[in-house]
Amino acid sequence: MSIADSRSTVPIVPQGWTPKAGSDPVLRAKRGLIGAQVSRLDGPLKVRGDARFAAEYVMEGMVYAALRYSTIARGRIAALDTGAAETAAGVVLVMTHRNAPRMAPPQLFLTAPRAAAGSNLPVMQDDSIHWNGEPVAVVLAETQEQADHAASLIEVAYESSTPRTFEEARAHPRTPDSLVGQPVEVLVGDAEAALADAPHSIDLTYRTPRHNHNAIEPHAVTLAWEGEDLIVHDASQGVKLHAWTLAQIFGIDEDQVHLTSPYVGGGFGGKTLWSHHVLGAAASKLAGRPVRVTLSREGVYRLVGGRTNTEQRVAIGADDDGRFTALIHTGISAMTPYNALAEQFTFPARHMYASETLKTDQQVVDMDMLANSFMRAPGESVGTFALESAIDELAVELDLDPIELRIRNEPDQDPSSGLPFSTRHLVEAWRAGAERFGWERRAAPGTRREGEWLVGMGCATATYPYHRFPGGVARLRLDKTGHATVEVPANDMGMGTSTTQTMVTAERLALPLERVTVAYGDSSFPGSMLAGGSGQTASIGGAVIAAQRALVEQLLAVVGDESPLAGLTADEVGSRDEGLCELADPNRWESYSQILERAGRDELTVVASASEPDETQAYSMHSTGAVFCEVQVNAVTGETRVHRLLGSYDCGRIINPKTAASQFRGGIIMGIGLALMEETEFDERTGRIMNPSLAEYHVPVHMDVPRIDVMWTDIADPYAPAGARGIGEIGITGVAAAIANAIYNATGRRVRDLPITLDKLL
Amino acid sequence: MPIIINGRDAPVPADARVSLLDFVREHLELHGTKKGCNQGACGACTVLVDGERILSCLALAVQYDGREVTTVEGLADDGALHPLQQAFIDHDGFQCGYCTPGQICSAVGMAHEAARGVPSHVTDDLAATEIALDHDELRERMSGNLCRCGAHNGIVDAIAEVYAGAAA
Repeated sequence: MSIADSRSTVPIVPQGWTPKAGSDPVLRAKRGLIGAQVSRLDGPLKVRGDARFAAEYVMEGMVYAALRYSTIARGRIAALDTGAAETAAGVVLVMTHRNAPRMAPPQLFLTAPRAAAGSNLPVMQDDSIHWNGEPVAVVLAETQEQADHAASLIEVAYESSTPRTFEEARAHPRTPDSLVGQPVEVLVGDAEAALADAPHSIDLTYRTPRHNHNAIEPHAVTLAWEGEDLIVHDASQGVKLHAWTLAQIFGIDEDQVHLTSPYVGGGFGGKTLWSHHVLGAAASKLAGRPVRVTLSREGVYRLVGGRTNTEQRVAIGADDDGRFTALIHTGISAMTPYNALAEQFTFPARHMYASETLKTDQQVVDMDMLANSFMRAPGESVGTFALESAIDELAVELDLDPIELRIRNEPDQDPSSGLPFSTRHLVEAWRAGAERFGWERRAAPGTRREGEWLVGMGCATATYPYHRFPGGVARLRLDKTGHATVEVPANDMGMGTSTTQTMVTAERLALPLERVTVAYGDSSFPGSMLAGGSGQTASIGGAVIAAQRALVEQLLAVVGDESPLAGLTADEVGSRDEGLCELADPNRWESYSQILERAGRDELTVVASASEPDETQAYSMHSTGAVFCEVQVNAVTGETRVHRLLGSYDCGRIINPKTAASQFRGGIIMGIGLALMEETEFDERTGRIMNPSLAEYHVPVHMDVPRIDVMWTDIADPYAPAGARGIGEIGITGVAAAIANAIYNATGRRVRDLPITLDKLL
Repeated sequence: MPIIINGRDAPVPADARVSLLDFVREHLELHGTKKGCNQGACGACTVLVDGERILSCLALAVQYDGREVTTVEGLADDGALHPLQQAFIDHDGFQCGYCTPGQICSAVGMAHEAARGVPSHVTDDLAATEIALDHDELRERMSGNLCRCGAHNGIVDAIAEVYAGAAA
């Protein structure tokens, strides 16, 4: 890992930035905070167990909820007997479709700027059943034990019809409206014809199963109505989105929903708005009592959608030098009519390789299942498995080193949009990674054996796009002690957001770390933000830049004639040493405290909106990386052990190497799970998830995780705030292919169906 | 007899169904001990009972009258952090922080097990009276504590810093 060490002699930070202005001025004059190893500021709270999560708020008169889930996938409730439950000890309310309040359907994520629902099915409004696990009753009781027992007393009978299987549904695929707002099909030339004419080609099918996020904190919400206002302690990746969506459902103003979510026990795309929010608020309204809903682990599987399954075709044609003449990535995924995510697995092929022709296209099949949803790097995680496995297979076909093959096909500009890259240093990442990993020691497939272990190396490209979401607003308050407080409706599920944003803000304002507070996770803050798409760092950054500009203008407006800064405009000043100075003459300086003192102000508060994310219209902005892996495969049992892993990334500037390394490693470890063990078992006959528990859905444990090495180019992206492109998701991409390719190198066997369990290698 | 939680007496609950986990979280409002699966698969609820690590979600509170229970809130001394808590911060051994109390309590109990020679699946010498916590021993013994953020490297480094030398 590298930390840029160039420092100007006079640490001045000019302010103001838009995507058109070039590199963010915060990078020009460093005092050393950006790129410093800073321990997370919320660390002491978390190691003491004092960080308070959604299910840990106590409200006066609060009751506990228990849910009953349907055991059929499709049909209707024929009979529902709640008598025994209603008279059970401690029961306050039994809510079913018969007495639930009338509520508007939740508004689907991506269909409105602040929509957050994973499904737009009405919640408990009639007797129809759409997926196996749909809630049919909610019990509220004085204790969780009483609620759980009473829920078990409810008698439900169903009229059931047979759910569609994937094989049946695939006879009637449909084209989704879009892939997260992007066109579904991208064509450059006639790729099928070029493939047929290519001297070398592969044409293969890869499959990936369903996955669940399995954040260790189960989804929970503690809430109460105060008149027409709804108070919510939530586990949320988007506080403003949750507040807005709940307001729509209950027909109130979004300002009437007061939602906080300061600590979230893991999200990974799963902590969005699902039916437990709606049911909790509805039951609370009926009962007139505060309610806590804590989903059981099974409940999370029944109510919160995960990643869908995919079947992907990758075909590549190449000339004798390995240059691509055709690149085709198409396929299908399971989906529902009531959600909006097709799992955009064809995205990497659009941006990663120069090819004379290109074709990407996706279709979906509608199934009777819980709405699938976003899970870490939706699309790119499983898409890179197929694409990067296929490239490895082509390298074998061409008898070419797979890194060399990739470098030969490195594009000069975005292959599908034709836009220039903002920055792209993937080749450097490959070369630096190969050297660190010792790639030259890789042997021919199936030739390296240590005792009963076959040893192999593999590699793959990682990639994830840059996002900066519109609507970012920051409130910035500076008090006369020289302490700045930033308020943004952002979320920190452990990414380190609050720590890194404190660092960047301190750098911008030329304040020490301890004089900056970043407040987040509260829907009362202005604007809207989402911890998703690896876009939050840039979104907050853009908003704080605007807020700083507004603050400087306000400060200059109140400096008065006595100040050394008198008469200067915002364009002429920068921040230095807990104050402002003239850029041309840094000796013209005054501290923030002095300015406010003389102006007789206790504090100044500004609210400002980020510039529009125009940078993504002008440039192709993507983080990239090279993943290297060494595996050992047991020749007797087929067991695979990941022995070494290295991720070498080009993600722009790394703000806090300490928390960034954890983000990369965390993604890589989820990639180990994706490659080797994770699968949500879905019974096609009943539409029921068969392993809704952490005992039966295997995630990597300590023994599965080797020491993971990470490194990065640390080259700032001139078109991103703080030069940083976002790193939350790229870690999982490429990993499954790197492991699969290493298994091929170890054993000479290709596995194209994830997860690569022992049975597939015997 | 009461249950002794972090040195304080707490009367056993009247409802025999209450787990030790729900007892500390819901009755005593000690929320540091976490509920991740409520079926013994994730380790987030790990507490120490008379110095040994147990899964409090699989324990009924009424069975623990007279026993000494230590939760994460009871590890730190007079406001100072336990050395392992500090090591978790120094090595970035967590992200979201939800599995963290369980990891820390589990590691404290685990170190005692190794120190008194309790073997694990990867122990070569089953007769050893004291077992060194090398990388494999440590990872094997901590594998009952899941982390989904992927802080495994930092967790292992933090535990190694505090205990690997001591047990060797």
